[in-house]
Amino acid sequence: MDSPEKTEGVLEQKKQAPGDTKGPRKAVRGRGDAAFAGVAKGAGIIIIVLLGAVTFFLVSQSYPAFIASNETIQSEVGFTRGMSFWQFAGAALFGTVLSALIALCVATPFAIGIALFISHYAPRRFAGALGYVIDLLAAIPSVVFGLWGMHTLEPVIRPIFAWISDVLTPVMEWWVTSVPGMGYMADHFEWWPLTPDLVHFVPPARNILMGGLVLAIMILPIITSLCREVFLQTPKLQEEAALGLGATRWEMIRMTVLPIGRSGIVSAAMLGLGRALGETMALLMVLSAGLSVNFSLMSPGQHSTIASQIALNWPEAQAGLERQFLIGLGLLLFILTFVVNFAARRVMARYSEFSGANA
Amino acid sequence: MSESVVVEKEVDSPGPNIFRTGVRHLPRWAPWAVGAASALASLGIFRGSAGTSNIVGMTSVALLIYVAAMMILSRNYEGRRNSTDRLATTLIGGSFLLAVVPLLSLLYTVLVSGFDVMSLSFLNHTTEGMTLEGAIPGAGHAIVGTLEVTFSTALIAIPLGIFTAIYLVEYNGGWLAKVITFLVDIMTGIPSIVAGLFAAAMLPVLLGNPGYRSGFMGAVALVVLMTPLVVRNTEEMLRLVSNELREAAYALGVTKSRTIVKVVLRTALPGIVSGCVIATARIIGESAPLLITAGSTDYYNFSLFNDRVMTLPVFVYNQYVAGNFPLAWGGALVLVLLVLILNLIAKLIAHWFAPKGQ
Repeated sequence: MDSPEKTEGVLEQKKQAPGDTKGPRKAVRGRGDAAFAGVAKGAGIIIIVLLGAVTFFLVSQSYPAFIASNETIQSEVGFTRGMSFWQFAGAALFGTVLSALIALCVATPFAIGIALFISHYAPRRFAGALGYVIDLLAAIPSVVFGLWGMHTLEPVIRPIFAWISDVLTPVMEWWVTSVPGMGYMADHFEWWPLTPDLVHFVPPARNILMGGLVLAIMILPIITSLCREVFLQTPKLQEEAALGLGATRWEMIRMTVLPIGRSGIVSAAMLGLGRALGETMALLMVLSAGLSVNFSLMSPGQHSTIASQIALNWPEAQAGLERQFLIGLGLLLFILTFVVNFAARRVMARYSEFSGANA
Repeated sequence: MSESVVVEKEVDSPGPNIFRTGVRHLPRWAPWAVGAASALASLGIFRGSAGTSNIVGMTSVALLIYVAAMMILSRNYEGRRNSTDRLATTLIGGSFLLAVVPLLSLLYTVLVSGFDVMSLSFLNHTTEGMTLEGAIPGAGHAIVGTLEVTFSTALIAIPLGIFTAIYLVEYNGGWLAKVITFLVDIMTGIPSIVAGLFAAAMLPVLLGNPGYRSGFMGAVALVVLMTPLVVRNTEEMLRLVSNELREAAYALGVTKSRTIVKVVLRTALPGIVSGCVIATARIIGESAPLLITAGSTDYYNFSLFNDRVMTLPVFVYNQYVAGNFPLAWGGALVLVLLVLILNLIAKLIAHWFAPKGQ
């Protein structure tokens, strides 16, 4: 159907003088058409240029910090307090990953529960509204979360931390003294996690566990909404088959919804991790910053994150090596989140061929 | 089914009884009764002590007692499978309720604490000379700044995002479209502080002024964050437009661009607009990139391109750091209200202007 028209158009075009635009093909493809297509394509190209510029300026404005000698860094960058770039970056990276992992461990089970509640438990009529309530959590600005975390959550959580500390410290002390080798590890390596410091609480609760909790609330909505979407894609026939065979609702979920949604859950959790890694304000406001590599989860002044170090030091940083240092940190954060997000999408893409397709 | 049928089935099949019909269940009031009993028991344990953290402790103890009691009761009465089902229901419902608690607590705290300082003078005064005697501090400059920066961001990001989405969906872009899709994915994951660093690294170099800071710089950072949101949403909305509509327009001899503008965009408009409003609401609360680009001031700055501009999130953060909690809460209230109103508008647009009919 298309081809005769096309040949006709071509023939007519050949007959016409060049520059004459009144052929039948040209009439359907006006001059505005090309302009519109050009604008759309131009917008796409601007996206490429924009991301190219992000990469270019992050790299070009930070490489002096990567190649500067330790002495130069120590003398010119005030806030490192004698650390080299990689020591500083490593400690900040450690805090970033630790807080994000705490947030992930807390948020993922809850997110799965909430998503299941909305998709399979709540009455259909309210499901949309309940999902909207959770989405509202995502709409709250992070700075308000930080404010609320310090004002409301901290006084509530402080006695809970104290209680955990009281209960678990004897356990850890017993562990260190009784299990052979553990005492040696605890005494000789600062990074060794299984020491009484792991559970020892020092008030105020401006520690990484508290930061992780606030972060968990902030990444909850994104993991929930992705999980919910995945759970809703479970083939109805499989669910009904499970129920028809006499499965209880939980058995139905365990046998159909969760296996099919597994890759989706993993991917949602990883996207949540990516979000948690890049989050600034909550940790900037909750944590009392320090740059140690240890697992004193409940002591203040131990950890800090890349994002909060940048936000903390940028306003006072001098143009020159100090700023280049911070941009270098930002580049590391960019690479880290890129890797995590990329992996998340790969997981989603790899498993989506299997999930539900052969159902 | 009667009891006898089930018994027969059990006799028939050597395997576990999978026909649940005749199995006895706990009465409907049982969970409520157990819940009330465990609440009372918890009250008994915690009697005489008061305080917020004890409410938390009391609730958790009550929950533990409830779960344990229901498990024992249900396991003995209904069997293992039903008791597991009840446990799962309790945990799943509980996780939802637990997630709503922070949201309600946050909204309540912001409303109550912010309401104390809310007044006209808070909205139109600045923090200039706020330590002087008799000065009335306010967030007027921050509100103006936020509107300036957000508006200019939206002005750049919305057309850019919509046209990119049009290119991705309506034009067969080939490898270029694949590259753009991939890059938009990356942009979605850029941490907000990195977007801020990008603007702060680029503009001083381009303008040759190392100390340059302005609202426009903040807008550049926010464009990086807002564009992918707009692209993603618009793409989704355009893909929802059925192909028959496009083909019908082409069959009538309408040009491609007119088809896109008059048919496709018109059909998808409510979804696109509401998505843009939500993206704006998301961007309005960004603090980290503005902290390092737009900076902070104590006075009104109506110029987008010169000098630092105060914005609401930065205002909240600064007042928090300075220990002026009432001002911080006031700013937070204005911010939360802006976000909620924008979300509401988005909802209403999607609802009212949705294409009629199926």
